[in-house]
Amino acid sequence: MATRTLDAHGSPGGLNYLNVTRGFKSWATTLDHKRIGIMYLMAVSLALLTGGVFAMLIRTELFLPGRTIMSAETYNEVFTLHGVIMVFLFIIPSIPAALGNFFLPIMIGAKDVAFPRLNLASFYLWVTGAVFTVTAILVKGVDTGWTFYTPYSVQSQTSVIWMGLGVFILGFSSIFTGLNFLVTLHKLRMPGMGWFDMPLFLWSIYGTALIQVLATPVIGITMLLLVAERVLHVGIFDPALGGDPVLFQHFFWFYSHPAVYIMILPGMGIISDVITTFSRRHIFGYRFIAFSSIAIAVLGFLVWGHHMFVSGQSEMATMIFSFLTFFVAIPSAIKIFNWTATMYKGSIALDTPMLYALAFIFLFSIGGLTGIFLGALSVDIHLHDTYFVVAHFHYVMMGGTVMAFLAGLHYWWPKMTGRMYPETLARITAGIIFVGFNVTFLTQFVLGSKGMPRRYYDYLEQFQPLHQMSSFGAWILGSGFLIMVLYFLRSLRTGAPAPANPWGSLGMEWRTPSPPPLENFEETPTLTYGLYDYGKVYPREAS
Amino acid sequence: MNNGTLQMPPQASTMAHQVDALYYFIFWGCTAFFLLIVGLTLFFIIKYRRREGQVLQPRASHNTPLELTWTIIPTILVMVVFVWGFKGYMKLAVAPRNSLEYYVTAKKWLWQIKDPNGQQTINEMSVPVHQPIKVILRSEDLIHSFYVPAFRVKQDAVPNRYTTLWFEATTPGDYNLFCAEYCGAGHSGMLGKIHVLTPEAWEDYQKKSAGRPEEVSPEDWGRQLYNSRACVTCHSLDGSVKTGPSFKGIFGHRVELADGSTITVNEDYIRQSIMDPTSQVVKGFQPVMPTFAGLLSSDDIDALIAFIKSVE
Repeated sequence: MATRTLDAHGSPGGLNYLNVTRGFKSWATTLDHKRIGIMYLMAVSLALLTGGVFAMLIRTELFLPGRTIMSAETYNEVFTLHGVIMVFLFIIPSIPAALGNFFLPIMIGAKDVAFPRLNLASFYLWVTGAVFTVTAILVKGVDTGWTFYTPYSVQSQTSVIWMGLGVFILGFSSIFTGLNFLVTLHKLRMPGMGWFDMPLFLWSIYGTALIQVLATPVIGITMLLLVAERVLHVGIFDPALGGDPVLFQHFFWFYSHPAVYIMILPGMGIISDVITTFSRRHIFGYRFIAFSSIAIAVLGFLVWGHHMFVSGQSEMATMIFSFLTFFVAIPSAIKIFNWTATMYKGSIALDTPMLYALAFIFLFSIGGLTGIFLGALSVDIHLHDTYFVVAHFHYVMMGGTVMAFLAGLHYWWPKMTGRMYPETLARITAGIIFVGFNVTFLTQFVLGSKGMPRRYYDYLEQFQPLHQMSSFGAWILGSGFLIMVLYFLRSLRTGAPAPANPWGSLGMEWRTPSPPPLENFEETPTLTYGLYDYGKVYPREAS
Repeated sequence: MNNGTLQMPPQASTMAHQVDALYYFIFWGCTAFFLLIVGLTLFFIIKYRRREGQVLQPRASHNTPLELTWTIIPTILVMVVFVWGFKGYMKLAVAPRNSLEYYVTAKKWLWQIKDPNGQQTINEMSVPVHQPIKVILRSEDLIHSFYVPAFRVKQDAVPNRYTTLWFEATTPGDYNLFCAEYCGAGHSGMLGKIHVLTPEAWEDYQKKSAGRPEEVSPEDWGRQLYNSRACVTCHSLDGSVKTGPSFKGIFGHRVELADGSTITVNEDYIRQSIMDPTSQVVKGFQPVMPTFAGLLSSDDIDALIAFIKSVE
């Protein structure tokens, strides 16, 4: 492993944000963005593992047609919980609220976010939302799917009200985080750091925060309307009460399509920073990548109707949504090309974060390209609501966001914890996860294009070989995650102490000790060299 | 019946070829782009791997003409895909004037089909080959979706609203009909068959009446109804618990109802459970069965009773 220190002042044994105060209360009432980030990280990791257990149950049930380990009613609850937990409790807060919280202020040379109290409030809102969700699971479960389509969600006998309120509260957590980041980026950049000196991770967080603030209120209102309809029997969405079920789909996707970009944009930011670090190269086309994040944020608001091509919306609407959908593909393509070009003439080291970044490029490309099939109207009619969509979604969300999250987690683990993880074992685990993921989801593209509808408890015999292969893949994938949890936990006790800059990165967060002191920097930082000026700092490799 | 290609189900409608042509155009285009990206990435990883004493060669940090090129070329390509997909979609959206009209009602968890002669069937739809068929859809409860992979058609059925789709089958045979919009416990059992008939078979079908043929015993007719009227979706014959109680040995036994009372399963109870299913639900089950009033004749119900008696 190429371990190298740019700055000499790694101060092991000194005071840092972890040991400056101690005890439960010092964490529970902390206003330090780094501690809040760590608490978020623990919380979303727990959500990821819980959602993962539900995923394993789904794939095990589908190993054989008919009943394998649970009833149809239980299965419907399990896939709903998998979706709700992964989307609302894990993936939306994962990168912005956990990693973003920790690193955004450091990256701009600030001591904290603009509103530290709001930041802590946002974490407790997340906890409250999670409590509502868990209550829903414990009371009667929820079986509506994470999309809560009406009129099913109005008529379902399960705990939809608890879950709806949970999503409503989680929405506020998301809005507060976004608002906080917007103000922080506008107001607290250190002297000398202009917008175009920021790391690309922060551009992507900026785009994400815009969507969080503008789109999330819509899901909040929609959930309240749904709860109102169930409790007060006001006809809004349920046709039995005179409502319109398709209206719900418009409201839901008006949030949930932009929300897909809340999920993927921060991941793209991590990839930009990891690839430059491990290629020792200036990012290729900084402005194209920065503006493509904003383009995605804006265009993401105009394509929600592509989830509804067979819902009975007008042909005119369908045509417009299809047209706009193709334009949202372009900024993502630009990013992929620019990342590839960044590696050109680089000095490429394949440490674990880079392996996950490469996995991201590979898997997200598949996820993005298969979106073209779904945007093409006549082809989408066939593929809509089949496993093809499930596979596409997982290639973008898991192959994209989760891979980026894992890249970021390994990349910043030494900085956050002050400990190194075991590099060789981590690389092997990355390989296991990559193989497991592809076996699980590549098969699902074929299942879908052959006509297997999604959310099916039972299936026809002709689909069995592919379903079994997918289940095998899921078990491989699950084992990979298990190994990762174990080595991360172990590294907290036995990992080698991390130097200030193990990767030789030029990012601001690597110009302060690991773990950082409470105020982030020992002296007020200045931008003496650019964050991507690898050509100037590393004229020559010497180790 | 063939099983189609590696990626696609059999092509059994006039639209299938057109949809598949676009699918494969996108597939090969994407494959080319993907191989380009992955190839370049692998090449760079190997060629520019980190070595000791390596001198970083100067390289531009951006190149606007190059970046504009890789913005514009994909834009043009996806516009081709958009226009192609839109044209196919418009064909799917407008049914030919000479279409035969079928009314299909979706409800938990079956398809109720009324053919152009007014004959009602459940989950079984017989259509002539080489004839445009227009399906007028509605739903009685939730959103369902009418999906026939071999025809490449799909359309949601929405309560309080009519939606339509059309197809023209090109090959006689039996094709799967799926519900593609999640609708609860019986969603994956909400299956049907589209029988595409040759012109001769279509004439025979039109002559045939729906009732019990003379030569079939009530018990056998009941067994046929059990399958064709979708009882099988929720009620097993082997004692396994599905969405509804199993029929195995149920006749003549006392069962406990949801309100705590008990009742003996006799002819009256079965008839009541078919006509007004939610009135006397067995304990432990949800009141989700739709009524079959108007869908089964008295003769049919007699046959079902005879069949249930026979399941021991």
